[in-house]
Amino acid sequence: MDPTRPDPIVTRDTDFYWEGALRGELLGQACAACGKLRHPPRPMCPHCHGVERKVVRLSGRGEVYSWIVPRHPAPVGFAESPIVALVELEEGIRIVSNVVGAAPGQVRQGLPVEVSFEPTRGGKAVPVFRPRGR
Amino acid sequence: MQSSLVRPAAIAGIGQTEFSKDSGRSELQLAAECVKAALDDAGLDPSDVDGMITFTLDNSDEIGLCRCLGVRDLSFTTRIPGGGAASAATLYQAMAAIGAGIAENVVIWRAMNERSQYRFGQPQVSGTVNPGGGTTFMEWCMPFGAQTPATWEALGAQRYMETYGVTNEDLGRVSVVLRKHAATNPAAWFYGKPITLEDHQQSRWIVEPVLRLLDCCQESDGGVALVVTSLERARDLRQPLVRIVGSAYSLPYNVEIITNYYHGDLSIMPEAAAVAKRLYRKTGLGPRDIQVAMLYEAFTPQVLKQLEAFGFCGRGEAKDFVKDGHIELGGSLPVDPNGGLIGEAYIHGMNNVAEGVRQVRGTSVNQVSKVEHVLVSSGTAGAILGRG
Repeated sequence: MDPTRPDPIVTRDTDFYWEGALRGELLGQACAACGKLRHPPRPMCPHCHGVERKVVRLSGRGEVYSWIVPRHPAPVGFAESPIVALVELEEGIRIVSNVVGAAPGQVRQGLPVEVSFEPTRGGKAVPVFRPRGR
Repeated sequence: MQSSLVRPAAIAGIGQTEFSKDSGRSELQLAAECVKAALDDAGLDPSDVDGMITFTLDNSDEIGLCRCLGVRDLSFTTRIPGGGAASAATLYQAMAAIGAGIAENVVIWRAMNERSQYRFGQPQVSGTVNPGGGTTFMEWCMPFGAQTPATWEALGAQRYMETYGVTNEDLGRVSVVLRKHAATNPAAWFYGKPITLEDHQQSRWIVEPVLRLLDCCQESDGGVALVVTSLERARDLRQPLVRIVGSAYSLPYNVEIITNYYHGDLSIMPEAAAVAKRLYRKTGLGPRDIQVAMLYEAFTPQVLKQLEAFGFCGRGEAKDFVKDGHIELGGSLPVDPNGGLIGEAYIHGMNNVAEGVRQVRGTSVNQVSKVEHVLVSSGTAGAILGRG
């Protein structure tokens, strides 16, 4: 079956993130000068104000920080309501994503998860997370 | 205290259209009608208006509105970002404009056909990023199924609830109070329609396990306007004095308006806590000096978090504060006696600001007795209103 998930909105400041997802890589943005990681991506470092940035490969491991299941109106592009989660990565940044391969009753704060990737309807991809052992 | 060098400001007029699900007329017409009503209330003529404030999200144009009203010459306009978070911030901007002497009679308006023409509650999955709309970073949410304001709010609120053991039933008690208030307010959409906690618990999930249908504000058509002028001028106008005793704004680093996931601890509301601190410092007042709180509540968890941020109770204690009856009419701190955005209408928070004015004047249909000070909060902004 063709993917139905909505495509991400790609901008000049965030394209690397989605391009990485298409290659199966979870990428973050760090300042090329001071090295500090930041999310969401942005064109200037808030610490040293450098505009040069580098793309870094993230571990893909983290924990569920919070989670919900949107029921109504039904989310566009999903056959069943997804579990939407805020995932806190080992590197200390939070990203919005999904928990897949788990029932809502299994999800809780602190649930260990690891990254996986799912395709979108327009041929792009997004990072999602699966439960993992500690 | 506010500097004595700054000219104090007062709210001299309020006006509103009916609140409905289908206004049957343009948003510009709603804007013109509510502004004219506010000017009439104040005893001012449109030719007296020289300042205009609205939300970045308002679809009506200042020039179009001036053409309707016959406003002769504006010396000041501004628009406030942040969706409904703009509501209390309009007072802050008006106070600043009056204080600085760059305008004499400032009109604030918000008018929308947010039910018949478009619906904020429907999923958004495409389009461009909307700077200043309060949902600037929703681009990070949409491909994951978080496509509505309810989902954006709930993802943060779930952390608050799990941290403090707040249940959906606790949220339901907020909704029951607001619908009780609306039930005796003829202007409210839910006039004469109170709910029970059981009704709340039987309403369908919008976002599990946080928000049921009855935790969500309405979608409404309508317009609300205010006229702000100098305290000195207001003394000579038609209505009882309603002074803007103080106002404050705060947008801390890494705080977003509703997709607010990146600041340190999502079980608190740092923007509201900072507003409270500034507001109390500027006015010399504290939570015990406030008799009515007009709290922005697109969704019930926002009431709990603001009660804590403004120091009406401790962190994690808001659910018990509500359970003990404090926020009801007759309680120690009635919240949104008009029924709020859940019970009266969702005019992006401005109908709550107008009710704050009525509570100080002593003219609300659900009047709280002995009101000295009313807090108006929309999260990133707040104001304390009081008598002259």
